[in-house]
Amino acid sequence: MSGPSDFQPTNPVLKWIERRLPILGLVHSSFVAYPTPRNLNYWWTFGAILSIMLALQIVTGVILAMHYTPEATMAFKSVESIVRDVNYGWLLRNMHASGASMFFLAVYIHMFRGLYYGSYKEPREILWILGVIIYLLMMATGFMGYVLPWGQMSFWGATVITNLFSAIPYFGESIVTLLWGGYSIGNPTLNRFFSLHYLLPFVIAGVVLLHVWALHVAGQNNPAGVEPKTEKDTVPFTPYATIKDAFGVSCFMLFFAWFIFYMPNYLGDADNYIPANPGVTPAHIVPEWYYLPFYAILRSIPNKLAGVTAMFSAILVLVFLPWLDTAKTRSSRYRPLAKQFFWIFVVVCVLLGYLGAQPPEGIYVIAGRVLTFCYFAYFLILLPLLSRVETPRPLPNSIADDVLAKTGGKSAPMVSTVIMLAVAGTLVAGSVQNARAEEQEAPPSQKWSFSGPLGKFDRGSLQRGLKVYKEVCSACHSLDYIAFRNLADPGGPGYSEAQAAAFASDYKIKDGPNDQGEMFDRPGRSADYFPAAFPNEQAARAANGGALPPDLSLIAKARSYERGFPRFVFDFFTQFQEQGPNYVSAILLGFEEKPPAGVTIPEGSYYNKYFPGHSMKMPKPLSDGQVTFDDGSPATVAQYAHDVATFLMWTAEPHMEARKRLGLQVFVFLILFTGLMYFTKKKVWADAH
Amino acid sequence: MHLCEPIAGLRSPGKGANRTILDCLFRTVLAGRSDLSAAAGIAGAGSLSRVTFHGVTGAVPPAADEKGLGIVTTASSADHPTRRDFLFVATGAAAAVGGVATLWPFISQMNPDASTIAAGAPIEVDLTPIAQGQDIKVFWRGKPIYIMNRTKKQVDEARAVPVASLPDPATDQSRVKEGHDQWLVVIGICTHLGCIPIAHEGNYDGFFCPCHGSQYDSSGRIRQGPAPANLAVPPYQFVSDSKIQIG
Repeated sequence: MSGPSDFQPTNPVLKWIERRLPILGLVHSSFVAYPTPRNLNYWWTFGAILSIMLALQIVTGVILAMHYTPEATMAFKSVESIVRDVNYGWLLRNMHASGASMFFLAVYIHMFRGLYYGSYKEPREILWILGVIIYLLMMATGFMGYVLPWGQMSFWGATVITNLFSAIPYFGESIVTLLWGGYSIGNPTLNRFFSLHYLLPFVIAGVVLLHVWALHVAGQNNPAGVEPKTEKDTVPFTPYATIKDAFGVSCFMLFFAWFIFYMPNYLGDADNYIPANPGVTPAHIVPEWYYLPFYAILRSIPNKLAGVTAMFSAILVLVFLPWLDTAKTRSSRYRPLAKQFFWIFVVVCVLLGYLGAQPPEGIYVIAGRVLTFCYFAYFLILLPLLSRVETPRPLPNSIADDVLAKTGGKSAPMVSTVIMLAVAGTLVAGSVQNARAEEQEAPPSQKWSFSGPLGKFDRGSLQRGLKVYKEVCSACHSLDYIAFRNLADPGGPGYSEAQAAAFASDYKIKDGPNDQGEMFDRPGRSADYFPAAFPNEQAARAANGGALPPDLSLIAKARSYERGFPRFVFDFFTQFQEQGPNYVSAILLGFEEKPPAGVTIPEGSYYNKYFPGHSMKMPKPLSDGQVTFDDGSPATVAQYAHDVATFLMWTAEPHMEARKRLGLQVFVFLILFTGLMYFTKKKVWADAH
Repeated sequence: MHLCEPIAGLRSPGKGANRTILDCLFRTVLAGRSDLSAAAGIAGAGSLSRVTFHGVTGAVPPAADEKGLGIVTTASSADHPTRRDFLFVATGAAAAVGGVATLWPFISQMNPDASTIAAGAPIEVDLTPIAQGQDIKVFWRGKPIYIMNRTKKQVDEARAVPVASLPDPATDQSRVKEGHDQWLVVIGICTHLGCIPIAHEGNYDGFFCPCHGSQYDSSGRIRQGPAPANLAVPPYQFVSDSKIQIG
């Protein structure tokens, strides 16, 4: 992209094409012959990682759109059917959902790298501004994508974010109505968000092309911050940069795969497994982790318009960065003061992220204000000031000198930064769960056969859990997403198809209308879903003292509790994902005849030690001996609770075994491949170092 | 070619010093013969990437020869594969295997999902309401199925035709269940381009497709028009004399 190419094909067909459309020359000059500085470190591979992530998000997104229904009453269900019924749907959905987080993680590293090495300085201002535009587009795309599953967090996130625009004086309300396409968030909103969520990634791809074009005109910056002067300073893009980028990408994929296969819900919010309910706001509205610093800035200012303005300014200030920091020296490596303040700034951003997930009260508000000030002070006061007062260290004469001056062991700071960032990242991610904090005892952790990377469901437990559900829970609770055929699915309770069909035929299913136009009952078939206990929500509430017994299909993923610091950090490495079953089992065991002294429970409610608020409309549902098991398992409430929780974990994630099995295969492959890539990269670079 | 040019002062000019993964892959192709078209054959698992390289680098040898660089060197060392070459080939092969394996979920997701397959289970149809000379249309797996209670005349017509004269020869007996000769069960989709033929129309007392004028007889066999084959008979059986199960 940096000018006419001297690429001359000799093959007559290629020659013919090249004369008419010099595309091979373009590719050759941009991605083969293109000179890259020799001293680029691994922070520079994030450009390639981001390109791959964008492509992957587009591909998985296009595929998900083939199965998704952008309609308010069907969106949630269609996402569940993607995960449950579509071939590899669970994989594609996990890739897309965690992919968004990985995309943002990579873009933040990419941005901080630009900040540290002064990549926004002359002549790369436009390159930087294009990057800020991409980032803004990513934020819009990510937000609208999060709305699409139409869970509680989707709905209320959409409400809160669109209401930001109501802060605009005079036109605010009209703009919000325009955005919604109605008087509240509803089907029209979902529909347009889907349309825009499909469109924006392609706009991003277009701006990325401009970004790459600008990059190839100005040339890459490098850790020394001096421009390449002679041929000695550069290596051709292929194979040097390509192989290094490929190695960086494969390392990143390892990290990505950990989320896809083992921690798919770690970065998500349990509330989003509850279908959108316009009548109930979740106790803690928390955006996705990648918006948290800006969310903290928004909340720390006690005025609506000022808060919104501050939040948007926090991003827009980046556009002016090239003119705020006027220091001639690019790389912070040679700027002793700027380097220290850079790391302080990183810490400020991480802490803002942490605060964004905390309830806006007490010390958190004050800390938020201080850090908001620090954030803006860095750009508006510190950088302009530093440019004037700082004495930079001498720069190397050339990139080649920089490379030759360096000895081994230079990767040590990189490793320590990676570790530091990982810890900071888990802190922020974990703090999202932290926000679920309730001042009450956390459910005790139980031993589950399905935990860990090799976990499998205990078939006996699933069958017993099904029996308890059928004989007890199903009197009030529906199981809408489970069909009888699922009982014969691999990785499930292990029934044969004939057994599942026989199980189904015990149920009466409403069907019709028949030729006379009447509805009729018929025996259930494998393809039918578990029938609900009540014909509608009103009937369910009327029979349960005004409370709605929730559908149980997803309950094991829709309920969670605080793990607390530092346990959530370890959870990432130990793959702890069993809050749901712990909670379900704790609730079933947590009923107490008499509430503790000083606690009063309203009439018609029951005291439960682990229920948020302790006052539960459900009476103690299980007692010893209520259900008998054929396999001789003890007929105790503890056993029932364990089996039902296991069964409900399976109904919430029927493909868990397939996920973990494929995960193991992928990891074995990726580790081998990354090892091969490492040695290949070393060989290729052997002569250039 | 720039790939093969050593970077002045930085790399040892020794044999193979400037080899790259491209050269390596390229050389596998060149080994022993100059026939570049052998690329695809030798490449095996990595053929995709290699052919691509081949397309671009196919232009290289003359240029490289002039400069006495790169390809010539590597090609002449083809007889002595090194550990480095093995590494490059192994990495390339692993990338290709991983890439192909990754593609599978992306393709497989297009197939019918589990609920669609479950909804395609067999259905039962009660035949009692269908009077002689009438037909009904039911749907199975999204396809219209004609169930026709044929008159004696229709059956006789279908059986009187010399089978050899038909475009798609088949006896009427082979298209109905023995003992239930009056019942014709066919998938009502024209074998030409998928339109739905109209029953009891056309010149053969059977079906007429309005799209392009194909005509089927009272056994659902093609008699006239562009359709290449008879209307398909779905899998079905008689559960009792008045009930069939399709699927």
